[in-house]
Order: sequence, then structure tokens, then C-alpha cells
Amino acid sequence: MTANGLMQIGLYLVALLLLAKPLGGYMARVYEGNLPAFVRWLSPVENFFYRLCGVNPGQEMRWTRYAMAVLWFSLMGVAAVYALQRLQGMLPLNPHGFGAVTPDSSFNTAISFVTNTNWQGYGGETTMSYLTQMLGLGVQNFVSAAAGMAVVVALIRGFARHTAETIGNFWVDMTRSTVYILLPLSILLALVLVGQGVVQNFAPYKTVAMLETIAYETPKLDAAGQPMKDAAGNPVMEKQTAREQSLPLGPAASQIAIKQLGTNGGGFFNVNSAHPYENPTPLANFLEMLSLLLIPGALCYTFGVMVGDRRQGWAILAAMTVMFVGFLAAAEYYEVQGNPAFTPMGVDQTVSATQSGGNMEGKETRFGIVNSALWATATTAASNGSVNSMHDSYTPLGGLVPIFLIQTGEVIFGGVGSGLYGMLVFAVIAVFIAGLMIGRTPEYLGKKIEAFDIKIASLVILIPPLLLLGGVALAVMSDGGKATIFNPGAHGFSEVLYAVSSAVGNNGSAFAGLGANTPFYNTLLGLAMFFGRFWLMLPVLALAGSLASKKRIPAGAGTMPTHTPLFVMLLIGTVILVGVLCYVPALALGPVVEHLTMIGAH
Amino acid sequence: MLKELRPAVVSFLVLTLITGVAYPLVVTGISQAVFPDQANGSVIVKGGKAVGSELIGQSFSDPKYFWGRPSATGPMPNNAAASSGSNLGPTNPALLDAVKGRVQALRDADPGNTALVPVDLVTASGSGLDPHISPTAAEYQVKRVARVRGLRAEVVTTLVAEHTEGRQFGLLGEPRVNVLKLNLALDALH
Repeated sequence: MTANGLMQIGLYLVALLLLAKPLGGYMARVYEGNLPAFVRWLSPVENFFYRLCGVNPGQEMRWTRYAMAVLWFSLMGVAAVYALQRLQGMLPLNPHGFGAVTPDSSFNTAISFVTNTNWQGYGGETTMSYLTQMLGLGVQNFVSAAAGMAVVVALIRGFARHTAETIGNFWVDMTRSTVYILLPLSILLALVLVGQGVVQNFAPYKTVAMLETIAYETPKLDAAGQPMKDAAGNPVMEKQTAREQSLPLGPAASQIAIKQLGTNGGGFFNVNSAHPYENPTPLANFLEMLSLLLIPGALCYTFGVMVGDRRQGWAILAAMTVMFVGFLAAAEYYEVQGNPAFTPMGVDQTVSATQSGGNMEGKETRFGIVNSALWATATTAASNGSVNSMHDSYTPLGGLVPIFLIQTGEVIFGGVGSGLYGMLVFAVIAVFIAGLMIGRTPEYLGKKIEAFDIKIASLVILIPPLLLLGGVALAVMSDGGKATIFNPGAHGFSEVLYAVSSAVGNNGSAFAGLGANTPFYNTLLGLAMFFGRFWLMLPVLALAGSLASKKRIPAGAGTMPTHTPLFVMLLIGTVILVGVLCYVPALALGPVVEHLTMIGAH
Repeated sequence: MLKELRPAVVSFLVLTLITGVAYPLVVTGISQAVFPDQANGSVIVKGGKAVGSELIGQSFSDPKYFWGRPSATGPMPNNAAASSGSNLGPTNPALLDAVKGRVQALRDADPGNTALVPVDLVTASGSGLDPHISPTAAEYQVKRVARVRGLRAEVVTTLVAEHTEGRQFGLLGEPRVNVLKLNLALDALH
């Protein structure tokens, strides 16, 4: 790692941590209804909106009603995104005349965007009309993120309150997340991105002449549209030339801003933020990466403010940051090493002032190794899933990092809302383990952690491995699952492992070689995303309800402080240990075997 | 249970209008007014004709041009309407064959050049549309381009230097050379 590389990473972390306090403090005010002056003028509009919806913003909900609201709202989203895709051929703003998306792909994409996963089985610029992108996918980018934020705020209220029946009003929390937090940040980011070169228009794709004519071959088709084969069974190829290039356009910047801020990750174009129109410059890249972890980081501070002890928020943020840096170091290290198979071919992979070197397959020159590995780590620590390089082409252990990060439950920053609520569940488990060690009833933030709470927390921790490992097993045992594996050998297994991890973890990134736009994967991954989201969200709300109803007990001599470095280490240990215990065997079969094969051959 | 149905429907519709219609329209309006070039694809216009985008790489295989990053898009390389990486894993024989072939093509086009081949010249970019190569990769090709075009190497070196962008603010990203702009400038020399 060069000095410049360390400085880029250092600047990123410093910016992230410096912004946590102002943004986190602002969010706490928003959720407590104490709006700062610069947004208070919107209050009448907000109240008019509640009247329209028939919502009394002052009326709070028990956890069951809060959960019902989340589910109804998500259901609306699934129906709308599904319908838009199926009907886009008949709807306006479709300059390229894209037809209806297949039913299985529409189902998958609808679940994907409503669950804040943004797994993409399709290629944006070849499938979705501008209308579908805006009204379907763009809207879910906001509201699925807002739903996650609402749920974490409900959980925080569970800790902050005592002997209370209710945990807040979903409609209020969701609306405020959208209007006061996500929307202003998105407008700001979108405009800066356009200034850097991200496209934003409603024009059809633009055709330009190319400097050099390209000669290429395509399979020759017979009258029935099937590829023709010669006597030996090889496909017959036809020579073609291209003199023009078709530049994809559309309202990209507005969607890219929220896909980063809302930890959505669904790209406007197929290759996501590796596309020069989606991420044109190093500055654009820096801002997109920063906005990816911005809200998850700041929510830790919001948590500290709302529970009345900021040190608690800093402790959580510290645990996240320490783990993040560790994983980042591993990813950077292995990607800089490059591919040992290239060296004997006379390829120069060294790092120098004039080339990034390292494993450049699937990476962009403007980002190099440093920013590619940093992005890959950030996007899988969070449940974002956007990419600026192709993870499938990472070195085996460089690629293990994103898979394992997803498998830790995306609690290292994590998705907006979902990351922090996952981490708080781990904190509950951590105090429980500590309690077992010293033989006392565990407490967290003045709340006695009892059998019911531990059962719920265990569910949240055990459901993902069950879905994930079960799903992988199903895929590798069935023909439908194996048919579209792209890379041979252990790497092929890693592709399936990554895909199911990504779906269950609501991440959305992929080892994209796997052909996932098939009825098998669209269905399997669609269900994995659905259960991976709601089977965790509902227990978390139940936990919120249980915590809110408890009495607050004063800290005594036997209370373990939860803002100390000791607790931070305990929390890190819990997260890593659960991840390792669940997933090491699967990781050994994929990335680890491939790594040993690779170094063994050279 | 049905109590939350009305708020779900109404709030969904209203938020769709705000985030799905008003938001992109506002951003488009401001972008078109303030950054019209960038918002419309940073198109390069030469003599009234659009000859490409400074952000989207084109494919070059003629020895008189600088070559860019290999592209894995289909059916032709640098197909801007269908961005894609190769997704080949590090131990996939197809990747090793592809790299071997690219090294050979570079060597064939420039037989006297015994320097090591810079890695970014033989590995496919993530987007398949990478407009840049590293300064090392440009330097590797200077002698070939100069020879084929009958130019002195210093002239080409100077041109490369003029088209080399440093890290943004001296810190962010990697130094790089825009291949299309460099090749357009080469053609303009004659």
C-alpha cells in the first residue's frame, strides 16, 4: 500500500466519522419531532400529508400495529413495482420500446427493491424503461430505506423508554426519514454528481460515430432464429462491423444519489458504479462511497442521543469502524498482490506512481485497486450492494472479504436502519454472554435482558444462516442452480454462495458471472430476500415492544458498562465469532480452496 | 389489521409523486440549466459531428492508435448500450487464455518492445467502457504509435503528457490518460 493509498483511505474514514455527529444529531431531532428551523417550514406540508392519509401523527403504535403498517406499505411497493415492469411496454417514457419484463424477473426485482436489497438479475440499460426506473425502482430506493430507518428508530425507542406500550408511529417515522433526511441529501448529491459527469436527462440513447471501425463476430442465426452449427457442432460465426456507438442516457444521477444514500445499490446501468456515466471521476467515486456509509454511521450517534448517553452510540460506532478497517486491510492486501498466473506471461502488476498495478481484471483505471477494494468493503459492510468493480474477478481471498462481510449480518455500518438494528441485537447477545460468564442477569441500557428478549435475539441471529446455507445447498444440489454457474471449479461454488448470501443479507452485489435471471434463481433469491428482510424486521419490532414495556433499573455494582473498550471488544468478538462459526465450512469450500489452488499452481 | 391500509395506499401514492416524479424532474431541470454538457453525456463534438463521449471508451486495434482497456461487452467490444465486465474468476483458464492472447497481440504489433506489459492493457475493465489507461500503459505504446505514424517519439510523448490527468486534487483516484482524446489529438496532428 502506497502513502497515497493510505491517505485516500484515511480521508474517507475521517470524513465519515466527522459527519456522524452533525448528521446523527440532526436525525435525532427529526425523529423526536424537534425540527431545526431550516426544515420547520415544511411542517404544515407534512401535517397536510398526514390528514390526507388519515393518520394522526400524535397517536403512537404498539409494536404489532407498527409491524402491520410496515407490511402493508411494503406490499404496496411489491405490487406497484411488479405492475410497472409487466406493463412498461404500454406506458410512456419508454423511448427504446422495452417490452414487459418476464414474470419471474419482475417478481424478483419487485421483492429486491422493496426489501432494500436491489439485487439486479437484469441489465438496466437493456431492460427497464425510464418510467419503471423512476416510478418503480427510484421510489423504492427512498421508501424501503425509510422503512428500515423507521424500524431502527422504533427499536431505539424501545431502549430509551420504560414502562411504555408504544414505540412510535410508523407513518411519521417513515415520512420524516424520506422528506427530511433522504430527499435533501439526495438532491445535493445528485447535483454534484451531474457536475462530475453523471447523466441526467430524458433523451433517447445518443448515437455517435467511432474513430475506428470495429470488426467482430456474432453467431449466425437460421430462419427460426436459432444459432446455426457446422458439421462439427461448432457455432457458425458471421463477420460484422460497427462504426457507431450508442451512448445510454436517462435520469441516472437522481437515482444514483439515493441508491447510495439509502444503501440500496441498484444501478441505473448494468455495471452499476463501474459505469463511467454512473461514476465518472474519483471525486464522484469518493462522494458515492461516503454517502454509502454516511447514514448508517450517523445513526449510531442518533442512537446515543436518543437513549440519553452518547457514549453508547460512540461505542457501537467504534466497534463497526475497527471491524471495517480490519476487513478493508485484507481486501486491499490481496487485490494489490495481483494474479500470480499473469507474471510468467510478462505482465507488469507492480504498484508504481504511474500505474495502480495489482489485480485489474474487472476494475476501472480511474479507481485503481485502492478505491475498488475500499468500495467493495464498504458496499458489503453496509447492505448497499452497488459496485465499482466486478467482484467475480477478485482474487480468491480478496473476494472472500465481501462474502464474509455480508454473512456477518451486515452489522458493520450495515443498511440504513437495518445495520444498526442488527448490531443492537448483537449487543444484546454480547451482554447476555458476558452475563453468563459472571453469573448475573444481563442488562443493556438499564433494561433487564430476559428469556423472551434472548429468544428473539437468537432468532434474528439464527434465521439468516438457516436461510443462507439452506439456499446454497438447494442451489448446488439442483440442476436449475448449477446450470448457470459461469466460472469453473471452486469459484463456481463461490458464485452461488455469494448470490444467496447477498439475497438473504439484502445486499444486492454479486459474483455477477452467475446467470441469475432464470426462473430458478429469480424465485429462490426472491424468497431469500423476502424472508431475509421481514423475518428479521418483525422479531426486531417485537424486541422493541418488549424492551419499551420494561422498567428501567438503575445501574448497580454488577452492571457491565457498555461504553467501554472492553465492551467494544466483546461486541466485535460476538459478531465475528457467530459469523465464523456459521460460515467457515462454506467459505472453505469456495474461496479458500480456490486460493490454495491458485498459489499451488505457481 | 385493515386500519393501516388507507395510510399505506395514500402515502405510497403521494411519496411516489414526490420521490418518483418531482425529485427526478427537479434534478433534471437544475442539471440541464447548470451542467448541460455533463448532464447529456459529455459528448465530444468535432466539426459539428459527435465523435464520442469523453467518459466512454472506444475500441482501438489499429497500431497507429493508442489502445485502451480490453472490453468484455457483447456482441462487440465497448458496446456502450450494454455495459459489462468479463466476470472471469482469477483461476478461470478462459481468463488466462484471454490475457495471453492480449499480450501476444501487443507484442505482434510492436515486435521490438521487450518491456513488461502493463496489467491494465491486458485485463478487461469493470464496465467494458473504461475511457482511460494508466500512464505506464500509454508509455508502453509510445514507440509503436510514433513508428507507425512516422513521428518522432518525443512528439508523441509530449502529447501523452498533455493528456495525462493526475489524481483529482492531487489525492483522489489514480493518474490516467484518456485514450479517445489522445487519439483524436494524434489524428489532428496531420
